[in-house]
Amino acid sequence: MFAFLANPARFMAFSAWAAPVLFAGALVLFAAGIPWALFYSPADYQMGETVRIMYAHVPAAWWSMGAYAFMTGASFVGLVWRHVLADVAARAAAPVGAVFAAICLITGSLWGAPTWGTLWEWDGRMTSMLVLFITYLGYIALWSAIEDEEKAARLAAILCLVGAVNLPIVKFSVDWWSTLHQPASIMRSGGSAISGEMLGPLLTMGGAYLLLFGALTLMNMRAAIFRRRVEAAELRKAQA
Amino acid sequence: MSAFAATFWRELQLMWSGGGALAPIGYFLGATMLVPLAMGPDRALLEAAGPPLVWIAAALSILATLERLFQADLEDGSLDQMLLSPAPLELITLAKGAALWVAIGLPLTLAGAPAAIALQAPVDRLPFIVISLALGTAAFVGVGLVGAALTASVKRGGVLLTLIVLPLFAPPIIFGAAVASGEDVTAALSILAGCALGAAALGPIAAAAALRLQSE
Repeated sequence: MFAFLANPARFMAFSAWAAPVLFAGALVLFAAGIPWALFYSPADYQMGETVRIMYAHVPAAWWSMGAYAFMTGASFVGLVWRHVLADVAARAAAPVGAVFAAICLITGSLWGAPTWGTLWEWDGRMTSMLVLFITYLGYIALWSAIEDEEKAARLAAILCLVGAVNLPIVKFSVDWWSTLHQPASIMRSGGSAISGEMLGPLLTMGGAYLLLFGALTLMNMRAAIFRRRVEAAELRKAQA
Repeated sequence: MSAFAATFWRELQLMWSGGGALAPIGYFLGATMLVPLAMGPDRALLEAAGPPLVWIAAALSILATLERLFQADLEDGSLDQMLLSPAPLELITLAKGAALWVAIGLPLTLAGAPAAIALQAPVDRLPFIVISLALGTAAFVGVGLVGAALTASVKRGGVLLTLIVLPLFAPPIIFGAAVASGEDVTAALSILAGCALGAAALGPIAAAAALRLQSE
């Protein structure tokens, strides 16, 4: 599959229909998942209706981490095999992952206000998500600061791998740190196993976010490849 | 003289002739001075906040020294000489990091004691603060090498460098400030030492990989 798609011409032919199909799939799942989550799933007996924020929050957390894992794999392939499409893929996934991380932080904050009684709590998971978000910003900023595309791709790939080493360490450190500082007043969510009635809409929304991630990443990749073609064509015209 | 020793001495001499640790220490003390001005001189408040704030000031002081670390080498052609040398670039990068730690990290570590006293830290906690800063500045330098190498060709890359390096500072800050505040000292101290060793081992490798791309 990857060897097949490694050819840019084949990739463009594949993504020309794959991106709209994924996008349509995401729309279908959102159309099913959002009403299911908002109206046809039970309210939590402790948190009441506010539990519905979970259906926007948790999938964003999953796939912002998933996007970083994808970028790490793509960066590795780009560095080792010097593959242009892998570089393009890593760059294309970054803004999507960053926005997912931002959605996760914002919805988490809005969820915290009624349930924890505070807009921000230095809870282990929130703190490591914030670090992930800042890592995304650094990655995107490094890409845009270096003009030479190929050099920018390699340097960003190194940064992505360094971040992939750093993020689990941060996760571990922050967990250690927050158990040390944990205030007793927090009401923990997810203490009991999640009920089946909530799992259905949650997984549907998770699937919707995943398809959206795939569609947006493919569209970003196509845009980057088209931009390169335009630049190459302009260069040829200027030389002629 | 081996390539490591030669680079180490060259860097030390360059840093000393450029004013050495004077500016970073001044920066460090200036930053700690702003704390009571912002928080008010309340003794109990400062006592709790002092050691962590000394740590933040040390992190910022190291950050401020990183921007020019490889930029000058890239501009004057020293980097090309380093690449031509038979010694591995990783070793040369390690030597530069070691020189930075000796020239700036250690003086900052020592300046941490008076800064902590000024912020009302209890005197019996000073050894912890100094030991934690010695290890912590080593970890900061190790990961800082990576940020400096990645942004070496970016003009006015200081803000970008900071953005890249700050998430990497998170683990040493957590454990270092815990040691300095005297919480769970043995566990935190060993993990902090692990952070420093890990950063000193992996930082030069990643930085060298980035530097090879910068000279292309």
